[in-house]
Amino acid sequence: MVGCISDLSACLIDAGIGPGLAGFLETLVGTLIVTLLPLTLVIILVWIERKYSARVQDRVGPNRVGPFGLLQPAADAVKMITKEDITPAGADRIVYNIAPILSALSVILIWAVIPFSPVHIGVDLSIGVLYFFAVGSVGALAVMLGGWSSNNKYALLGAFRVVAQLISYEVPNILAALMPVMIAGTLSMQGLVHAQAGMWFAISLPLSALLFFISSIAEVGRTPFDLLEAESEIVAGFNIEYSGMKFGLFMAGEFLHVLTIAILTAVIFFGGWLGPGVQEVPALGWLWLAIKSTILYLLALHMRSTLPRVRIDQLMSFNWKFLVPLSLVNIIVVAFLFKLVQELGLTPAADETTNIIANLPQTFILLLGNLAIIGGVLVYLRGLGREQRLANEMAAAVDEDVEHHPHHDEEVAAAAVAD
Amino acid sequence: MNIEITFETITFAIFGVLTLAGGIGVVTTRNLIHAALYLIVSLFGVAGIFILLAAPFLAAIQVLVYIGAIAILIIFGVMLTRGMTHLPERFNRQGGLAAVVVIGGFVVLLVGVILPVWGPNGAVAAEAQPIFMTTRDLGIALVDKEQFVLPFEVASVLLTAAMVGAIAIARDDESRD
Repeated sequence: MVGCISDLSACLIDAGIGPGLAGFLETLVGTLIVTLLPLTLVIILVWIERKYSARVQDRVGPNRVGPFGLLQPAADAVKMITKEDITPAGADRIVYNIAPILSALSVILIWAVIPFSPVHIGVDLSIGVLYFFAVGSVGALAVMLGGWSSNNKYALLGAFRVVAQLISYEVPNILAALMPVMIAGTLSMQGLVHAQAGMWFAISLPLSALLFFISSIAEVGRTPFDLLEAESEIVAGFNIEYSGMKFGLFMAGEFLHVLTIAILTAVIFFGGWLGPGVQEVPALGWLWLAIKSTILYLLALHMRSTLPRVRIDQLMSFNWKFLVPLSLVNIIVVAFLFKLVQELGLTPAADETTNIIANLPQTFILLLGNLAIIGGVLVYLRGLGREQRLANEMAAAVDEDVEHHPHHDEEVAAAAVAD
Repeated sequence: MNIEITFETITFAIFGVLTLAGGIGVVTTRNLIHAALYLIVSLFGVAGIFILLAAPFLAAIQVLVYIGAIAILIIFGVMLTRGMTHLPERFNRQGGLAAVVVIGGFVVLLVGVILPVWGPNGAVAAEAQPIFMTTRDLGIALVDKEQFVLPFEVASVLLTAAMVGAIAIARDDESRD
C-alpha cells in the first residue's frame, strides 16, 4: 500500500494493468490531486481563517452551522452559488467574466511545481522558482482586469493600487528568492529542497526568509498590505461589483494564495518535505510539509488579525526605500560571503551535503553576515527614529512659541522651514 | 514534403494559431484594452513555442517580463485614459495598403525560409545539431568575458540611464528643495 503511494504506475502494473494505461492513470490521478486539492482545501481554509481571527480578536467566530461551525463554509458556498449573478451596466462583459477565472487559476497553477514529498510533485521544472513568479504575475493581471471592466470608480482605484503594489513588491520578493537559488545552484523546486538536506536556508539566510515572507504577504494583498480592497477607503476595491460565485472565485483565490505562499516559504526556506523518516517512507514528506506550512500560515493569519492597515504612501516608501535597498545589500553581502566560503574551501564536500556538521562553517559565516546586516539596519533605524523624535519635539516647541507670541507667526514659520 | 502528425506538431499548431490570432486581434480591435489582451494571448503563444523549442527559461522570462510587466503597464496606461479605450473613428485610411505590404513581406520571408530560392539556407543546408543549452549555460554566457559580458553590461547601463531619465522627467519641480 505504501509502495502504491510512492509509485502508482509500478503498483498498477503489478496489479495487471498495461504499462501505457498505468502511466496514463498515474498522470490523471496526479493532475486531479494537484488541481482539486487546493480547491477542496479552500473550504477548510475559510473556516480556519474565520475561527482563528475570531479567537485572536476575542470573538467566537462561526459556531451555528454544524459542530464548531464547521459546516459554515459549505453554507457560504451554497449561498454564493444561489446568489444573483449581476453584471453592471457598461461593464466589459468578456473581460469581466474572465477576470475571476484568471485570479483563481493563477494560484492553482503554482501548485504544479510544489514538491509535496521526494516523489510527489506535479512537474519538477528546471526553472520552478521562475515559473512561480511568472504565474504569479497573471494574478495581478486578473485583479486589474476585474477592476477595469467593472465600470466603477472604486474598482478602478483598487486596480490602480494593485498595479503599484504588486509590481513594486515583486522586486524584493524575487531578490529574496534569489539567495537560496544562488546557494543551491538550481531553480528547480526539488533541487532547492535537496539542497537544504544539511541545513535549512531559513537558518543560514534568515534575512532573505523574512524579506520573502513579508513581500509575499504584500503580493497576496493581505493586512497590513490589503490596500487593494481597503474597505474604509475604496469600499471593497477591485471586486466591488462582483457577486455570487464570481466573487467567490476571487475570495477562494485570495485564501488559497495565502496558504500557497506559506507552502512556498516552507519549501524554499524551511526544507520543504525534509524531516525524520522521509528517506524510508517518502509519503511522510506530506506530513512534514503540512506541519511547516501550517505554522507559517497561522503566522500570516495572526498578522492579518492583529496589524492595522498602512497608508498607500507608507506602503510604497516601505518597499522602495527599505525593502528593495535591503534586498540589494543582502544580495551583495551574501554573494561575497558565499564566494569567500567557496575560496576558503568551507563548503561541505559533495558526499557530505546532508551532514549537518559539515554544513556548519558555511551556515555560520552566512548567518553572521545576515545578522550583521540586520544589526546595521536596526542601528540605522534607531538613529532615524531619534532624528524624527527630535524634529517632532522641535516642532512642538515651535507650536508653543506660536501660542505665546501670535504676532510672530511668520517669523516662526520661516524658522521652521529653515530647520 | 511529408509532415508527420505528432503530439509536437499539434501543440505547435495550437501555439502558432494563438500567436497569430492574437496578433491579428491586436491590430483589428477598436478597443485598446482588448488589443492589450490580444497581445497577451499572442505573447503567451510565443512562450509556448519557446517551450516546444526546449527553452523553458526563455518561456518563463517571456511570461514574466512581457505579460507580467510590459502588458500590465500598457493596460495601466490605457486605463488612465478611459476616453481612449473606444476609438470610433479611424485616423487614416491606409489600412489596406499596410496589409498588402505586410503580407507581401511575410510571403517573401516565408519563401526564403522554406525554399532555397536565394541559395541554400540554414534550414536546408545543414541538419540541425541537437544543442542542450541549460539555464546555467545561459547565465555563464552572460557574464563570460569571451562571450556576452560587454553587451550585457552596456544594456544594464542603458536601462539604468533610461530609469534615471524617466524619474528626472516625472519629478515635480516644486518638490525640489
